[in-house]
Amino acid sequence: MESAAVLLELGGVIVGLAVLARVAGRLGIPTIPLYLTAGLAFGKGGVLPLVITEDFVEVGAEIGLILLLFMLGLEYTARELITTLRVQAPSAAADLVLNFLPGAVAGILLGWSTVASIVLGGVTYVSSSGIIAKLLQDFGRIGNRETPIILSILVIEDLAMAIYLPILAALLIGGSTLAGVGTAGAAVAGVILLLLFAFRVEVGLSRMIFSKSDEALLLTILGITILMAGVAELFQVSAAVAALLVGIMLSGPAAEGARALLAPLRDLFAAIFFAFVGFSLDPSEIPPVLGIAVVLGVITAGTKFATGWWSAGRSGIGAKGKARAGATLIARGEFSIAVAGLAVASDVEPDLGPLAVSYVFLLAVIGPIAARLAEPIADRFIGPPEARTRETTDGVA
Amino acid sequence: MTEIKEVKLPGLGVRYEFMTQEGKRIGVVSHRSGRKELYFANPNDPDAFNRMLGLSDEEARTLAEILGGSRIAEELAELQQQIEGLAIDWLPLRDDSPYVGRTIGDARIRSRTGVSVVAVLRGENATPAPGPEFGLEPGDYLVVVGTPRGIEEVVELLHRG
Repeated sequence: MESAAVLLELGGVIVGLAVLARVAGRLGIPTIPLYLTAGLAFGKGGVLPLVITEDFVEVGAEIGLILLLFMLGLEYTARELITTLRVQAPSAAADLVLNFLPGAVAGILLGWSTVASIVLGGVTYVSSSGIIAKLLQDFGRIGNRETPIILSILVIEDLAMAIYLPILAALLIGGSTLAGVGTAGAAVAGVILLLLFAFRVEVGLSRMIFSKSDEALLLTILGITILMAGVAELFQVSAAVAALLVGIMLSGPAAEGARALLAPLRDLFAAIFFAFVGFSLDPSEIPPVLGIAVVLGVITAGTKFATGWWSAGRSGIGAKGKARAGATLIARGEFSIAVAGLAVASDVEPDLGPLAVSYVFLLAVIGPIAARLAEPIADRFIGPPEARTRETTDGVA
Repeated sequence: MTEIKEVKLPGLGVRYEFMTQEGKRIGVVSHRSGRKELYFANPNDPDAFNRMLGLSDEEARTLAEILGGSRIAEELAELQQQIEGLAIDWLPLRDDSPYVGRTIGDARIRSRTGVSVVAVLRGENATPAPGPEFGLEPGDYLVVVGTPRGIEEVVELLHRG
């Protein structure tokens, strides 16, 4: 009887998430905010508290986080990361200063600990590559001139995550004590060594792992990733960081194959992860932090917009392109939740989870709307260019 | 020759852009998977490009062949990316070069500069891997591979002897 109950509950949760994914598709908004809300409803104090499958959901959420970061690492090769950093360093610096500081300062103003403030800085810093990649695709902006700049900023944020997450993991364990800072330093040195190593061996490693059989490739990559995550956890480096690094180290056909094979698994477990984050919160904790989330959201939407605007301007992009770059970068999502998720698990600050969830909810919904409206609004303010000629159709449907 | 701007699209591939003689700007996105997309610039916004066409790797090759181009340039560029410090160049043989009417062997390019002549382009024809007995004519293009420094030396050598 018990197994029937487990299956019913689990099936119910997944069907629920499926319905939400359809609703999101119909409304043209990202799925993340809806999954978070669903998690809140299923969690303690929610309308439909789950009891039986909590363990399963917890492991599922862990795998979701690992796959999210693994696939993020997979998007880019070590070589791409390093060359992009070289070209776009000023934009990357502006991005970090403009978007990390508001969160960190807000934490300090709220009277939070240093570690909790660093977490909030991470939450406001990182844009959602998942949401933004989809926006560029949906709005047909892949060929635009500002797109390489948007993607470069996302890549560098990814690299920054590889350094930030181990620092955070060490600080969460050791606190901002000398021991904590020491562990953080060692972790960062380790990551940098690994990245340099990856830069040298990525081709050989990927060749070793590659298999023509989809089944063998799927199991090899999934197995290695989860195993490495487990080893990292054993040494108290975050599992998520290990997954990210394994992703960065893979390239070539092995990476192409992994991308196609693991994407559906990532979608399933990431949905469980987002729901789980909502699930572990009490809905009554949300209203007290909502005001702060709105203020922080408005400020950091503005600072992200400024980052994109300025970075695009550096490459000689016109006003409309600058507006598109700025607005597209506003969306925060999976990685802000991942950062907050690490901190919630170690209980540094009770308000952190609810604040991060409300914040991501807001910006995951506002980001795509802003990206869509950037063009018409820019048109109104800047006005269409005088150069509008009669042959505007250009064969364009 | 048309100037092509090339930018990396991290995570996706490479974006190329060039302007036609009619003043139309064309964008090409080459995905890592080999898929190619063709874009036209939006006449109202120089930074916005509208997608016109998507092609698989093979379709793109077919189209390139129909259009009369060859993939040599692209493949050379790929090779150049893979080997750091490798330079590939097309060098014209000017009318006043001392090697007009002489052979590649006479110029002793490889022994003097370390650079290899991998092909000679003459009008519509290309001669791959020309031997030392290959006679040079004014207007020939020498496709050379070597270090950037070595290629500069070849330019000097072809000009002065």
